[in-house]
Amino acid sequence: MARRAVTPDSHAFPTRGYDLVKEFVIALVVMALLVVVFAVAVGSPDEKAITMESWAANAPADVVATATSELAGTSTTAGYGPPYNTASDGQALGPITLAKWIGVTQPVDAANDLVIDPVSTLTDTATQQAVQQWKAASADQQGTWANNYADALGKAPDGDPAKVAQGDYGPVPAIAQGELTLAKSGALEGLLTTRTTFFGTNPTKALLLLADGSYMADRADSENLSGDQWGMMNETGHYPGQPWLWLYTFWYQVPPFATSDNADVQVWALMILLSLVFALVPWIPGLNRIPHGIKLYRLVWRSWYRKHPEAGPAAAQAPPRRG
Amino acid sequence: MAVFPPLAGLAPLDAGFVHWGFINLSVPNVLVIAAMLVVFVLALVVPFPEDES
Amino acid sequence: MTAARSETRSRSWSSRLSGWISGLVPKGQWLPDRQPAYVASWIYVFGVATLAGLVLVIASGLVLTIGGVTWWHTSSLGHFVNSLHLWSVELFFAAMVIHLWGKFVMAAWRGRRGLTWLTGAFSFFVSIGTAFTGYLIQTNFDSQWISTQAKDGLNSAGVGAAFNVMNFGQMVLYHVALLPLAVLLIVGWHIVLIRRHGGVPPIGADVPEPAAAGTADAAPATEREVR
Repeated sequence: MARRAVTPDSHAFPTRGYDLVKEFVIALVVMALLVVVFAVAVGSPDEKAITMESWAANAPADVVATATSELAGTSTTAGYGPPYNTASDGQALGPITLAKWIGVTQPVDAANDLVIDPVSTLTDTATQQAVQQWKAASADQQGTWANNYADALGKAPDGDPAKVAQGDYGPVPAIAQGELTLAKSGALEGLLTTRTTFFGTNPTKALLLLADGSYMADRADSENLSGDQWGMMNETGHYPGQPWLWLYTFWYQVPPFATSDNADVQVWALMILLSLVFALVPWIPGLNRIPHGIKLYRLVWRSWYRKHPEAGPAAAQAPPRRG
Repeated sequence: MAVFPPLAGLAPLDAGFVHWGFINLSVPNVLVIAAMLVVFVLALVVPFPEDES
Repeated sequence: MTAARSETRSRSWSSRLSGWISGLVPKGQWLPDRQPAYVASWIYVFGVATLAGLVLVIASGLVLTIGGVTWWHTSSLGHFVNSLHLWSVELFFAAMVIHLWGKFVMAAWRGRRGLTWLTGAFSFFVSIGTAFTGYLIQTNFDSQWISTQAKDGLNSAGVGAAFNVMNFGQMVLYHVALLPLAVLLIVGWHIVLIRRHGGVPPIGADVPEPAAAGTADAAPATEREVR
């Protein structure tokens, strides 16, 4: 008669005394000691947030260039698409455009929300006139001015606004300078977060503006935190990060994802699929037999197999039935 | 960033990154992963005390 | 007891609920003081180590909440509590992953334990999500970078439409309320399942025949698999 391979009820096996509560308390004490030792010896990272003031102090040309790109519609936020605006369709997975289907749920008008609104609060005449001139112009005219200025900044030595060539920029230089003035004064993130909502707890606009520049990205890159540096796994300073995210970040490093415009949705779709495979291992033929093949279980239960030689590998080779 | 300066020197983390082909891992992460693998192997091979009653 | 009375009892919601609860786990198995003889390896401690880690994560997190969201930047005690919280999380994940590796090599899903594996997998995923929201609310450079990077992945899948990682107020509440509750519910279910089915027997193991004189042909122990 073929040996059955259905897993027997664990409660039918012989037992020995064991104190689960004591085990838990010991585990708690041991883990707590380890936590304290590591906390004392290694500590935790805390690199201060980049303030708009420090951005303006360390990279003023970047602030001006970023403000200009918002006005020109060429910044990442301006061209993002859903959920912020309709400037693009967002990423696609073949015919599936989830972001587009869901649409704009957190509207951000890059030029107005991130630049014109805060700059309008400056009360000096020159800035006020510049803002009025901008608002009175057509969208085409605005685009021409802003793109001209963006090009000129790119060609100026060090991107320095003071060294920009003469050109048709309209009110854009004054407005961009106004943004820099606000940043230097420390008022900008407040204007972007709590100008109209007293209890501002949502710094989305300030973060989008900061992320549109290169200062924060350069700093992240210098700490190996960028997407193409396995950044998802890393931490600031010299601290361990998130090693368990290795497979999530792995795909961003390899083709085709590394150069794809739709890398995010592709990687996340792939990871959802792999996560489902992982969760459903018990039911996936082949995968659910890997443990039987690699035989490491023989180490786990070597004491039992020694005492019950009729069990073990011979029995494990029996044809699998649902068990 | 350790709280107690005398012990700050214990942090063996001022080391940087491991580059291997396209793989780029921070040394602290490598240490964590290596430690986990070592602990896993030890858990499998170190005998577990059994009360034979 | 009359037939009418017993009928009323079995239809009562209270007795149905108490019956369901007591039927979840075999009698005496909620917190037994014995365990199957085959449980004899250090790999088995990593489940309880993970649970201990979770307790420490929550405890250190609760202390961190006492001062609000930014006190730890300027207080050395606060910074120490933050370090305790970080290392609780690192050790929690390390123990969980080693526990996972162990359960895989043991094919611990056998014997109708597939749901135990599934709830374990989801404990892992939801824990990652919870840890992620923790990074977002550090109110430092890390939070700025992680939120502006992660938004792209989430937006690409449409999730960012409702879950705005740059919205600090929203992320704080997810991290300290919503997601820990989800973790506790899934982990709770996972533990109930373990108590229900008991630890998985070794691959190929059979229940040993009772060693009694003259009973060489005694019937093997019947399977009493709990439904």
